[in-house]
Amino acid sequence: MIKEMCFWSSKVQPLTSSRSSTWRFTRTSFKIFPVLVLTTAMWWVPNSYISIKRRLLRFLGFENSDPLFSDIPRSLIRSKSPDLPSHDEIEVERTFKRIMSENCCLGEWKFFLGGGCWFHHVPAVVDEISSKQEFYTSYTPYQTEISQGALQAIFEYQSLMAELLEMDVVNASHYEWSTALAEAALMAMRVTRRREILVPENMHPERMEVLKTYLFGADGRIRTYSFDRRRGTVLLDSLDPNSDTAMVYLENPNFFGVIEEEAEAVGEKAHSKGALYVMGVDPLSLGILKPPGECGADIAVGEGQHLGGYPSFGGPSLGIMATRWDLRLVRQMPGRLIGMAWSRSGVRGYVMTLQTREQHIRQERATSNITTNESLMAIRAAVYLSLMGAEGLRNVCMRIIGNTQYLIEEIDSLDKFESPIFDQVHFREFLVRSPLDWDLVNSKLRRMRIIGGLPLNRFERRFKELGNSALFCTTEIHNKDDLDLLVNALRGVS
Amino acid sequence: MMRGFRQARWSYKGGVLEPTVFELANGRPGYYKIHTEEEIRSKAKSALSRIDTRKELNLPGLTESEVSRHFSRLAEMNYGVDSGPYWLGSCTMKYNPKINERLSKDPHVLWIHPYQPEDTVQGALKIIYEIGEMLSKITGLPHFSLQPAAGAHGELTGVLMIKAKIRDLGERRDEVLIPESAHGSNFASAAMAGFKVVRIPPNEEGLVDLDALRAAAGEKTAGMMITNPNTLGLFETDILEITDIVHGAGGYVYYDGANLNAILGRVLLSDMRIDVAHLNLHKTFSAPHGSGGPGAGAVGVVDEFRDYLPVPVVRKRPEGGYYLDYSVKRTIGRVRMFYGNFGVIVKAWAYLKILGGEGLREVSEVAVLNANYVMKRLLEIEGIKLKFGKERPCKHEFVVSLEELKNKYGVSALHVAKRLLDYGVHAPTVYFPPIVKEALMIEPTECESPYDLDNFVEAMRCIVEEARTDKTLVLSAPHETSVDRLNEVSASRRPILSWRMYKEKSDR
Repeated sequence: MIKEMCFWSSKVQPLTSSRSSTWRFTRTSFKIFPVLVLTTAMWWVPNSYISIKRRLLRFLGFENSDPLFSDIPRSLIRSKSPDLPSHDEIEVERTFKRIMSENCCLGEWKFFLGGGCWFHHVPAVVDEISSKQEFYTSYTPYQTEISQGALQAIFEYQSLMAELLEMDVVNASHYEWSTALAEAALMAMRVTRRREILVPENMHPERMEVLKTYLFGADGRIRTYSFDRRRGTVLLDSLDPNSDTAMVYLENPNFFGVIEEEAEAVGEKAHSKGALYVMGVDPLSLGILKPPGECGADIAVGEGQHLGGYPSFGGPSLGIMATRWDLRLVRQMPGRLIGMAWSRSGVRGYVMTLQTREQHIRQERATSNITTNESLMAIRAAVYLSLMGAEGLRNVCMRIIGNTQYLIEEIDSLDKFESPIFDQVHFREFLVRSPLDWDLVNSKLRRMRIIGGLPLNRFERRFKELGNSALFCTTEIHNKDDLDLLVNALRGVS
Repeated sequence: MMRGFRQARWSYKGGVLEPTVFELANGRPGYYKIHTEEEIRSKAKSALSRIDTRKELNLPGLTESEVSRHFSRLAEMNYGVDSGPYWLGSCTMKYNPKINERLSKDPHVLWIHPYQPEDTVQGALKIIYEIGEMLSKITGLPHFSLQPAAGAHGELTGVLMIKAKIRDLGERRDEVLIPESAHGSNFASAAMAGFKVVRIPPNEEGLVDLDALRAAAGEKTAGMMITNPNTLGLFETDILEITDIVHGAGGYVYYDGANLNAILGRVLLSDMRIDVAHLNLHKTFSAPHGSGGPGAGAVGVVDEFRDYLPVPVVRKRPEGGYYLDYSVKRTIGRVRMFYGNFGVIVKAWAYLKILGGEGLREVSEVAVLNANYVMKRLLEIEGIKLKFGKERPCKHEFVVSLEELKNKYGVSALHVAKRLLDYGVHAPTVYFPPIVKEALMIEPTECESPYDLDNFVEAMRCIVEEARTDKTLVLSAPHETSVDRLNEVSASRRPILSWRMYKEKSDR
């Protein structure tokens, strides 16, 4: 077996070239050691094989590896390696399975949880494509000509997303929604040279927290405008941008799953004071809902985790960031952009472009520090969207809206539950109010292998006025039987 | 025998390699079906009548077979780590063990929700907790957050913690010192946190110039961001003096973990007196790069910064079990939603479990050995010179200058990089760090075989020979890739960033 490992040894002939010094290792065979010498070798580290290592060291004129580290002060080199045990693949897999079996996952359980991370169907072809080593093992496509596949796939992501959003320029991806929003705020501050960020109270609370963290760094201010307690939509009257407002933000559907009706009016008000208008959207909902481009948005951000991706405990996700074709905006846009280009022989191809905005060229004057993004997730989204098409996406949206309205009505018919709290059309998510303790309700649901809604008391200081509510979520993975199962279980609880 | 290479080159009419999905669909809106019960469908219809819907949607839809072939053809025109050597300096393109992939596709990883009750995700919390513990043993830094989504995200997290700490001390320090050779993201992260950047020039050895550092460090200094080994692949031998100077001035030291592979299992960051650091789970700990992401950054800190970590932090109860702790006193807040790129964290966990401490030490030994071997071999070739670090071993990577080659034959580092592609070798990082002219930054990693080390050297030797005898061959490279040299200049002058922009331009 060891002999087989050294496939490059004895049988390989030296290079026919006259420069005999070139092929150091291919000229002579290796000694085969009679004892096991692979004690610390990994089965993907060829040169940890002891005889190879010796030859490499001898070439450098070293007896052992110590001289390789002679530039490190002696006092810094630890004589012992970190106290971590090593295991074989079999053991690691067994341990992992045992640990992970403590998670309750979809399949064994029914989930009605949303709130920024969603369970949607993942078509099989998406997994197949993203498992191709050419996509998942490659780096950022710095060497254009050898990386056309990834470049075109990401360009297609940008293009498909541009259609969904009705925007012209979409970047190659961001970490996730909240960081895309935070970077949109920084971008708006640069474009307008103003410091105030105006956000609605009915946005996702965690997203607002992330925005605050970024604004602490950028020395920006956050101010909120409120929402209608009966309808759940933003209160246009409470929106008062001023001469220092860099941007006005709106989420659609908002945190409560309510579809905002006055998205265009919010934008007009922002523009009237010279602020940028930023919309946060769920791209999937745009199979039916009005896109940000139609509502006058200057920048669109959002989450694409569920476009062919898994929830996987909240990451990796797919941050979306888009803007209009306006150089004032595009020059300040963060993140990588893929553009079309032509070769010397006239072949159409794709390159990373407008890189002078980016950190590896512009350093501290770059539009962002982002380098690693979520490209593979963007490729997954491209596969998903090109399989769906406009029809498929509309189909999925219909199922989601239908499920949502059905569940809302059925839950409302129960004694101790009231839904929805807001008298509006909902997409995927909605609030349910109850006099019962939600932790108790959810623990009873768990006996039926159901993970129920998200109690709003999780976000301590927020939404107190909405009473004892929980955010429920349904998507196309639920059929009518699943929905009835939840309704019956809730009936049993009350 | 040298390896030959010819990349797949699909072609379609009119100089197109592979049509876009828009061209393939040619107006077809999609085939994908999902079933909806009539009762549900009617609910949807009545809801839709109450809202404004979008006017039109130009989203092309292909059959699954077309999707599969289209993206397979694209994949064939892309080069991955499993295709061959990929020695991008500072990117640590090591092999991605397949066990990582298998584990990360477990339904208990994929289909769990960040908001489900803690006692239904004990496994996931345990993995996050355990990797934090393992990273502590590797770095000597006692506290970790796995929240950042990437290395640069970790940098921002780290410098924001330093900013918060300085605010709490009631001090007015607004400068961050960064060596000129640092990764571009360091400068950008410091700027995003609102700091002024002060550049520290290198000395004649390519290391931090201590006199310049002493002159720059002072009452304005919030901290220093340092990469060690630096981007020249040289260990900052004076690291203890450096950290002393910064600490002495009242600042903190941030460590960029991009180059940790060189010292894994040998040097603890805490021994170098680092205060805050980020590690790249997708570089050092073998999670794949996914054509640019997702990655995962882990941020480690000393006790002094424990209360500044982003929330929530995963902790272990004394009686057993894990929980999310939101009560971190002086937290900088969240840097993203939820808890981190869990799917990536799982891969790094598996890697560390298999390697163990001895394995990690072996990784750094072989990575450094490979780099030194290739460096010594390359320097035998005409026109390839070292600018810095002639008198010492390099670490996991090294930077050669092709300035002489360019002066003599008019062949630049970019030309050589492009010609390397024809030999089936992904080119190293070019023109970085900027302090070396005509730079090639080469990082072979521990995962290459003797054959591939020699093959690279031989390819370089052939290219230099070509520069001498058949220069146009090099200047017009690449020839064996899917496409020949693309015009990046006109692409950025007249940007076409989406299909709709292309249509608009071609319709006009």
